Amino acid sequence: MAELLLELLSEEIPARMQARGAEDLKRLVCDGLKAAGLVFSEARAFATPRRLALVIEGLPTAREDVTEERRGPRVGAPEQAVQGFLKAAGLSSLEQAEKRDTGKGAFWFAVVTKKGGPTAEALPGIIEAAMKALPWPKSMKWGSGTMNWVRPLQSIIALFDGKVLAGEIAPGGRMAPVPFGDTTRGHRFLSQGEIRVSGFADYCAKLETAHVMLDPAERKRIILEGAEKLCDGAQIALKADEGLLEEVAGLVEWPVPMLGTIDAQFMDVPPEVLVVSMRTHQRYFATARRSDGGLANRFVVVANNVARDGGATIVDGNERVLRARLSDAKFFWDQDRTVLLEERLPALKDVVFHAKLGTQADRVTRIEILADKIAAFVPGADSAGAILAAHLCKADLVSGMVGEFPELQGVMGRYYALEEKLPPAIADAIGDHYAPAGPNDRCPTAPLSIVVALADKLDTLTSFWRIGEKPTGSRDPFALRRAALGIIRIIVENGIRLPLRQFFEADDLMAFLAERLKVQMRGRGVRHDVVDAVFGLGGEDDLVRLLARVEAVQSFLATEDGRNLLTAYGRAANIVRAEEKKDKALAGRIAGVPDVALLEQVEEKNVADALAAASRLVRPALQGEDYAGAMTALAGLRRPLDALFDKVTVNVVDKPDLRLNRLKLLNEIRATMDSVADFSRIEG
Amino acid sequence: MGVAPILPHRKNGLKSRKDKAFRASGNTVSEPSARPKPTCFQELILTLQDYWARQGCLILQPYDMEMGAGTFHTATTLRALGPKPWYAAYVQPSRRPTDGRYGENPNRLQHYYQFQAILKPSPPDILERYLGSLQAIGIDTTLHDIRFVEDDWESPTLGAWGLGWEVWCDGMEITQFTYFQQVGGIEVDLVSGEITYGLERLAMYLFDKKTVYELPFNRADSDVPLTYGDVFLQNEQEQSAYNFKHADTQMLFRHFADAEKECAGLVAKRLPLPAYEQCIKASHCFNLLDARGVIGVAERQSYILRVRDLAKACCEAWLATQMAPAAERAA
Repeated sequence: MAELLLELLSEEIPARMQARGAEDLKRLVCDGLKAAGLVFSEARAFATPRRLALVIEGLPTAREDVTEERRGPRVGAPEQAVQGFLKAAGLSSLEQAEKRDTGKGAFWFAVVTKKGGPTAEALPGIIEAAMKALPWPKSMKWGSGTMNWVRPLQSIIALFDGKVLAGEIAPGGRMAPVPFGDTTRGHRFLSQGEIRVSGFADYCAKLETAHVMLDPAERKRIILEGAEKLCDGAQIALKADEGLLEEVAGLVEWPVPMLGTIDAQFMDVPPEVLVVSMRTHQRYFATARRSDGGLANRFVVVANNVARDGGATIVDGNERVLRARLSDAKFFWDQDRTVLLEERLPALKDVVFHAKLGTQADRVTRIEILADKIAAFVPGADSAGAILAAHLCKADLVSGMVGEFPELQGVMGRYYALEEKLPPAIADAIGDHYAPAGPNDRCPTAPLSIVVALADKLDTLTSFWRIGEKPTGSRDPFALRRAALGIIRIIVENGIRLPLRQFFEADDLMAFLAERLKVQMRGRGVRHDVVDAVFGLGGEDDLVRLLARVEAVQSFLATEDGRNLLTAYGRAANIVRAEEKKDKALAGRIAGVPDVALLEQVEEKNVADALAAASRLVRPALQGEDYAGAMTALAGLRRPLDALFDKVTVNVVDKPDLRLNRLKLLNEIRATMDSVADFSRIEG
Repeated sequence: MGVAPILPHRKNGLKSRKDKAFRASGNTVSEPSARPKPTCFQELILTLQDYWARQGCLILQPYDMEMGAGTFHTATTLRALGPKPWYAAYVQPSRRPTDGRYGENPNRLQHYYQFQAILKPSPPDILERYLGSLQAIGIDTTLHDIRFVEDDWESPTLGAWGLGWEVWCDGMEITQFTYFQQVGGIEVDLVSGEITYGLERLAMYLFDKKTVYELPFNRADSDVPLTYGDVFLQNEQEQSAYNFKHADTQMLFRHFADAEKECAGLVAKRLPLPAYEQCIKASHCFNLLDARGVIGVAERQSYILRVRDLAKACCEAWLATQMAPAAERAA
């Protein structure tokens, strides 16, 4: 058993592409090995800013010859079939094939031997193919070459069983090929010259000496532990940020966390501004005071160097850069507060939202109208407040700060509103109106916030729908799915009784929302077929009511009564459907209540009585939104129905009136149950 | 070509080639700088020129027209296209009318300098060469933290894009590094490595100044020591006023239309170089109109597309001249 070590050294790979690149390399090489019949025990992939590395253990050093038999067409088959067989088997003529009698006639057989041989001979092709197929999100050419890679490729280690594989990658043009070898380079600044390795263990050890930590998980651990230790020493707490940690680990081969200080003059700028500036511009981790969790005046920067002055120059430089960045931010904060939100509104007329949907000012007008309408349905929300919050909700888009940090939209609007001494509920509604921005984002709960957040999303959804920009497949450029999910979450999580149809012009918009609802509810164990069954009744546009009904139906179906009744429903519906198919006019004749006088057997009489009793209970229960009550009423049908199907023949041949009346009875069962949910959509 | 070109000293030329071989085998460059560490703005420029000249670059002069960035210089935009190798470096005054702040913002200028090196085709050791330039200007990599952070570049008006990084020194962006993939909507034959230093920002970092206007322009021990502010503050104040308040917009609209028309005419006559100058002119008119706030959001895109169409046509016409034999062109 032997080990394959592959390393692809290049110029700096974007952090966001490293993990995926390593995994793709592993997958592609492993697929290649499997296709070549090479089994192995373990494959592991790693990435640093400059290299992808792959180690595969437990490979055989040689493969046996493999003989495969392939059955061809019958002897004497048409020429076309024979040619197809020869081509597929890689034979040049039938003379290379064998004739065999299989007992069912004589057939042609091809016996093909796949040449085995040393694994080392198969590997270069597999590596080259994997590199060609590797799907970088963005790749480039360099020099005079024609090859695409994420950044210029510099060297390749391809070692199998301790020996360099024969092979090279040619970038094309007039560029020298990159040969397979056994050397690499260490850290860009902390290591000199080439490193020669003999295998994976040696590779890891020598990289470590050359200040390269190969494993991203290890780099993340060092960053986190180092940062926490620094924070401990300063009596503060590190603000966890997994996304940033992942990125920073992709920017360094040898992480060295350091602690810097935010200049005191910036500490009265809103903390969100400081955090965004540090995070997006500088990739610094923010820290919190231990006393109250507020933003502390320290930050953690992760350097990629062990400086000979212990990092003093690096910290000083980073603090200077941050000072310049935050001066800009503070300038915007001071400037922006000299203008009222109301005074910013005219500028929204110059900001196009979408060519067919007008400017942000037009959008605000639409949101105001929607907010006014929605406020009536949200307990605790007043119309005047809702309109004012909607009126001002986009004003911060033309502030200096949001121009610089678009991700602070809403957040800044809230601060500016508070500075103007607008009521806190209005300020919060401005701040919350983009939420929830995703499945894990916080959902607004305050009445005015709910109103404006709903108005914003309903406007997005209905406006783009109106101009025909509906999402298709993977394309959803205006994030309408996210808007729909936001609407669903706000309504459901706050129990808002909003008749959506009043806001939807298009019929298919409700169906779109129902689809999103299914996706959203799947995670909570709600069955998609039950949603269909309830939604299939038509006319329901109150999501809270819809879900209450769904929940009741789903719990009912989980009981024995529910399961049996569903079976009985299926039988009744099948019989009626089968008969309706034979006789097109039947449907009209079996509508309505069965004739009591024609009920012959006690079992059908019992069903008719049970149906009448159920109907009496179901209708008021539905009206009172007591769906559990409606289900209990239906449960009473189960035993009489079971008895009916046991004892009564529906399609009596010689008594047409009797047959018709019994079909009426079955139809009535269907109708009664369908008034609760369309049970035909329930998957058994 | 009446004047004999001044050739580099033969011995230097050979030495330079040998240096390259040495560099290619080393991880970092600690080549002794030909000049001492710069102490002022003009020495920074001289040091970079000297360094890149020793890397085999032509040292060109700024293009004598208003442009938004060094990339617009024909030495980059046009030379990046076609099959001919090209190494050049130059300073380019860059004008961004909307960035004017009347001399009141310490970091923003409507007129600033870029130093640009373009190496086509990009050599395998281009990053090492770049790092050598940092050593030359006095950035010691045993003290600082240099990082290559993903930053893809795109110029909508030039129809150009490339992949690369912004280079950070202790968290500050000191260089844009781009491998050109497309220019004028045309895929490049040979990939250029483009290295752009924002000189003022870099100088502020090197000389530890909080405002650009305090930068020493020449040496402190000069007969007449002057700061960047001594040289350019008044210019920033007056030009900001011009850009934001006084530029005659009707005239600029007219100039834009004239330049656009002239450019198209020159392209038709297969004169890509004068045509491209009209394209640059149109682009600058657009930038001024933008600063005057007279171009609406919707129109903005259409103006950018109009400039891009010009740039594209010029690039195509230029490329044709690079492919066709000279004799045919003369005819």
